[in-house]
Amino acid sequence: MTLESIAGLYNYWVVIFLMMTGFYIVLARKNLIKSVIGLNIFQTSVFLLYITMGKVDHGTAPIVPPAIAAEQAHAAHGTTEAGHAAVGHAALEHAETAQGLAHDVAHNLADDAISHGSELAHASTEIIYSNPLPSVLMLTAIVVGIATTALALALVVRIREDYGTVDEERILELDRGE
Amino acid sequence: MIDAIYAHLPILLIVLPLVAAPCCVLVGNGRAAYLLALVVSFLTFACSIVLLGEALDHDVIRYELGNWSPPYGIEYRVDIFSGFVMAFVSGIGAIVLVYAPLSVRDEIPASKHYLFYATYLLCMTGLLGMCVTGDLFNVFVFLEISSLSSYALISLGRTRRAPLAAFQYLILGSIGATFILIGIGLLYQMTGTLNMADIAARVPHEHGPRTVLVAFAFLTVGLCVKMAVFPLHTWLPNAYTYAPSVVTCFIAATATKVSVYAFVRIIFGIITPGFAFDVLPLDTELMLFSLVGIFIASTAAIYQDNVKRLLAYSSVAQIGYMLLGISMATPTGLSGGIVHMFNHALIKGGLFMVAGCFALRLGSVQLSDWKGAGRTMPFTALAWAIGGLALIGVPLTAGFISKWLLLTSAFETGRWPIAVLMLLSSLLAVVYVWRVVETLFFSEPSEAAANATEAPLRMLVPTYVLIGATLLFGVWTPYSAGIARQAAIALLGGTP
Amino acid sequence: MSAFPIIRIITKLLIPYILLFAFYVQFHGDYGPGGGFQAGVIFASALILYGLVFGLDAIKKVAPPIVIEKCMALGVLVYAGTGALTMALGGKFLDYNVLEHHVLPQWHVPSGQHLGIFLVELGVGITVTAVMTMIFYAFAGRKQVQ
Repeated sequence: MTLESIAGLYNYWVVIFLMMTGFYIVLARKNLIKSVIGLNIFQTSVFLLYITMGKVDHGTAPIVPPAIAAEQAHAAHGTTEAGHAAVGHAALEHAETAQGLAHDVAHNLADDAISHGSELAHASTEIIYSNPLPSVLMLTAIVVGIATTALALALVVRIREDYGTVDEERILELDRGE
Repeated sequence: MIDAIYAHLPILLIVLPLVAAPCCVLVGNGRAAYLLALVVSFLTFACSIVLLGEALDHDVIRYELGNWSPPYGIEYRVDIFSGFVMAFVSGIGAIVLVYAPLSVRDEIPASKHYLFYATYLLCMTGLLGMCVTGDLFNVFVFLEISSLSSYALISLGRTRRAPLAAFQYLILGSIGATFILIGIGLLYQMTGTLNMADIAARVPHEHGPRTVLVAFAFLTVGLCVKMAVFPLHTWLPNAYTYAPSVVTCFIAATATKVSVYAFVRIIFGIITPGFAFDVLPLDTELMLFSLVGIFIASTAAIYQDNVKRLLAYSSVAQIGYMLLGISMATPTGLSGGIVHMFNHALIKGGLFMVAGCFALRLGSVQLSDWKGAGRTMPFTALAWAIGGLALIGVPLTAGFISKWLLLTSAFETGRWPIAVLMLLSSLLAVVYVWRVVETLFFSEPSEAAANATEAPLRMLVPTYVLIGATLLFGVWTPYSAGIARQAAIALLGGTP
Repeated sequence: MSAFPIIRIITKLLIPYILLFAFYVQFHGDYGPGGGFQAGVIFASALILYGLVFGLDAIKKVAPPIVIEKCMALGVLVYAGTGALTMALGGKFLDYNVLEHHVLPQWHVPSGQHLGIFLVELGVGITVTAVMTMIFYAFAGRKQVQ
């Protein structure tokens, strides 16, 4: 492994560093609040792991540029059908095409296997998009993380009300003392 | 109309409890919420029975969420194995709800009842969702739905130890879930898909990069935490002991089993037994940990004075039997492991219900407070005796069927030391079951026990439904061991 | 904190814009970056800011806890109800395409996908706002332990 490849994988080093830091804090800290914080760091490292794998070199955000979208809407619906309808249909097709492209990238399929939107697909394959799916997955995981943190802190509040401390050693002592 | 409902059954299984849970919150009244939860849980049970029947008669049932075709969209699929697991999970969920109201009234403040039933339904949604989904990330999401709701349920226990037990479970459970998430991420990185069947087709096995190995390791360890396999079981005894009785009945009977289900799905569906057991030494590892776990946990159970903790340690040991069956990877062994999931759910559900009955009448689950209770509460104590026999694996009970299958498989594969060890470990079960029986029937009644009355019929009947089922499935096996065998053959056939 | 006039006035000035921004993110979310989750958090942050500055009693008048609790459930029901609606119209669960021209007349909301995502995001937005506010209440309402 050369120095270049080690430096080139810097995003993974960040992930590993955060992951181990968080994991260590969870296991080693006896303060309940600090365990929760460690758990948060641990989970955040996984978010980074996913997001870094969704990035494509020189890829932009997976949103079809307005110029192409407008052109497509124009071509598809003609000039007579105005207003909302055209915009709506175009929006639908962008969504489908963006998804198709995302999977194209994900599966490394060079050929344009998914033929959702004829000209639009051709026009937009020239632009490289990042893979949006990992980010979407992480949105879910972040929600799960928030729920976990909120629940954990709620439990800590109750533990502190009952025991008067958030130190695990002290709590165990109190329990033995009963 | 009927046809339309038929086509939507796999999603109704999830949507019914998922919709009912917020409805419970909206009505905001304990009794109404209970009735709603009861009706919905029985509807869910009916759905899963119909689905299991369909899966047995025909083939895999598929359902495309939002009409997006499989590798891109989320696909729900029901085959014999998942149908079997979801049938007993929803069945036990429904029976525990019949049993619940008196115990809940006794142990949980009235102002929280509607929230309790809402959380219970969410937990059920999560567990059923893990069974029905064919999408790996969806497994994680449902796993977290069920876990988060079970942490909340456990923290409702009466003593101040309950929030602490829930917190410890939360920390370990979240680490486990995050490990699973890392595993899923690495698999996605290698294959670019999240559909389990699609991953299985694309994942490079023998000469693949190390990423795949790391992914498998993370998934295995993460699920082992959730299954409470021996060295990673530390969250389980406290959680089961301090949770409210009803919650313990439900979670002990279902939650770890569904994790075992997910584990089997991943091993046989994605990793494939050939790779996991021949190339990697996963079978010897699993066998080692399960045998050590069986002995240590059973021994620990003998020394417990708290009956719920005793049963909790016994649960850790029983998970060992399931993994033993899985690690043998023969049709007989695997079907033994699968049918033990079902049998143990019945047995442990029933025994925890008995503990709940005693807790209601005697106000304690300490063994010393149960002295002589067999004389004033004979039917409840008899239920313990029968359940205990099934836990040991005495013939004519359900426990015997699964242990027989495991023994047969051990002899078939020439691993007779394992067979001997299994028989020895059953002796340990005899000891801890007998200690309770002795206390119940052969000691002088304590004051509380002498004044106790028989448990109310509303709790006794559901208890006897589960205990009776262990007897029924001890002699009549086409719908337990029979289905498990079909499921095992399908799993080993390579088709996920 | 309501004793400090600067904080009070700046908060009062800020809150309408935060709410407006939340609505923008919410209703723009079906065809651009944004959506119910982000909007819900922004909306709740306005409520929480109000609570921080003017006190728990003031915010409980604006958003009574019982209403917030019901809103948590309501949002989930809006989401699941959208799915149930698509099933009732003969599609699969959350198959937005069947909403096309069924629910609203053609001239106004033409695309089923558009409408479906709009409804689902609305449900998410309601729930997230309610849950975030509820978490604030749950922690702010505890009494001091010695």
